[in-house]
Amino acid sequence: MALYWKGFCIACKGIPTTIWVSIVALLVGALLGLLLALGSQGKNKVLKAICRVYIDVVRGTPMIVQALVFAYGIPQLLQANGIMFKWPYLVIPAVMCCGLNSAAYMSEVVRSGIQAVDKGQMEAARSLGMSKRMAMRLIIIPQAVKIILPAFCNEFVTLIKETAVLSYVGVIEILRRGALWNAQSFETFPAYIGVALAYMLLTIPLTMIIGRH
Amino acid sequence: MIEVNNLRKSFGELEVLKGIDQNVDNHEVLVIVGPSGSGKSTMLRCINHLEEPTAGEIYIDGELITEKNLDTIRTKMGMVFQQFNLFPHMSVLENCTIGPVRVKGEDEETAKAKALKMLKRVGLEEKADAFPKSLSGGQQQRVAIARALTMEPEVMLFDEPTSALDPEMVGEVLDVMKSLAKEGMAMVVVTHEMGFAKEVADRVIFIDGGVIVEQGTPEEVLGNPQEERTKDFLSKVLV
Repeated sequence: MALYWKGFCIACKGIPTTIWVSIVALLVGALLGLLLALGSQGKNKVLKAICRVYIDVVRGTPMIVQALVFAYGIPQLLQANGIMFKWPYLVIPAVMCCGLNSAAYMSEVVRSGIQAVDKGQMEAARSLGMSKRMAMRLIIIPQAVKIILPAFCNEFVTLIKETAVLSYVGVIEILRRGALWNAQSFETFPAYIGVALAYMLLTIPLTMIIGRH
Repeated sequence: MIEVNNLRKSFGELEVLKGIDQNVDNHEVLVIVGPSGSGKSTMLRCINHLEEPTAGEIYIDGELITEKNLDTIRTKMGMVFQQFNLFPHMSVLENCTIGPVRVKGEDEETAKAKALKMLKRVGLEEKADAFPKSLSGGQQQRVAIARALTMEPEVMLFDEPTSALDPEMVGEVLDVMKSLAKEGMAMVVVTHEMGFAKEVADRVIFIDGGVIVEQGTPEEVLGNPQEERTKDFLSKVLV
């Protein structure tokens, strides 16, 4: 029992990293997701195509592959071309990767939220003389936010779990903490049960909060 | 005030408006009647380009509506919808100030005072802080009228403003519209309320199949129609 407790405590040391990586990724994802949603719905055909391709590429490839490309692939490519480049901290490409990944999923959530706002709202706003942009900002998006809030919170829970992938690119978060202890102690089962419990400590309360609203 | 020249509108293959010419003068109340699917709502929505005309021109105060001046010209036209379309995330007062403040750049206080005046005019001053969903349909529509009025439009467009209302609430909305007409507001009204048309309209046009079949004073069009299609329509509406 003591071993499990130890495993849990060691995994918990990774919680701060997991949380802040998830929060930053969520914010990047939300902001970029909104831009992607607007871009992929807008009139500009080039912009539309770029957004579409981005969303398809990100959603069509595993995040671990994206993380590896970001963390190791890009520096190698640049170095091969004579540009000295190394990530000062591997957490930087890791967070970027999570954020960019989340954006692709978030854009779909935002898009469906915007589309769920009654068409008459845009018409009413436009007939008051608002530009499309202003109508989006003042009328449509505030209403869409309310619609997508539950999905947004779910995305946060998903992100917390997905950041586990970042242990493969050198970010010392929850899973990495457990894996390191396992390598040291060979207490494989307690180590990974500890990791699982640490994730649940985050996700279960969050899910309960979402469920109540 | 409004000049509509050879207005045509198609949705895909379907041609809904087949060349409409119409003028609305200052202080004039024009009522558009016709069976559903006749194109009357589409005509109204084309006037402020909520539907983009396939062909033809719309002039407001002699100025041709284009993509560029659209937002400015729209501030001259107040629009009232069948489904009210109030902004649900704002109070009644905010619904009425957002246009003047954000679009016309008026300061908050002036806009508020004006909004309260307009709300008083539609009899809903005491609901200023309420949210739309707590209001009845008739009240919501009156707020929608007040919202349009706070932009100080030169003409009001009404798209079947009483069609989504419970019968007992139709009167309160029509009363507001009548008082507006008496004060000399130019209005274009799409409606099935023949009583309203008779009482308030300066001119009535009957649209069917995307063309104006008949037009004239309410007495002429509604009281003594010349065309078969008009007679047929009226015999079904005026029971």
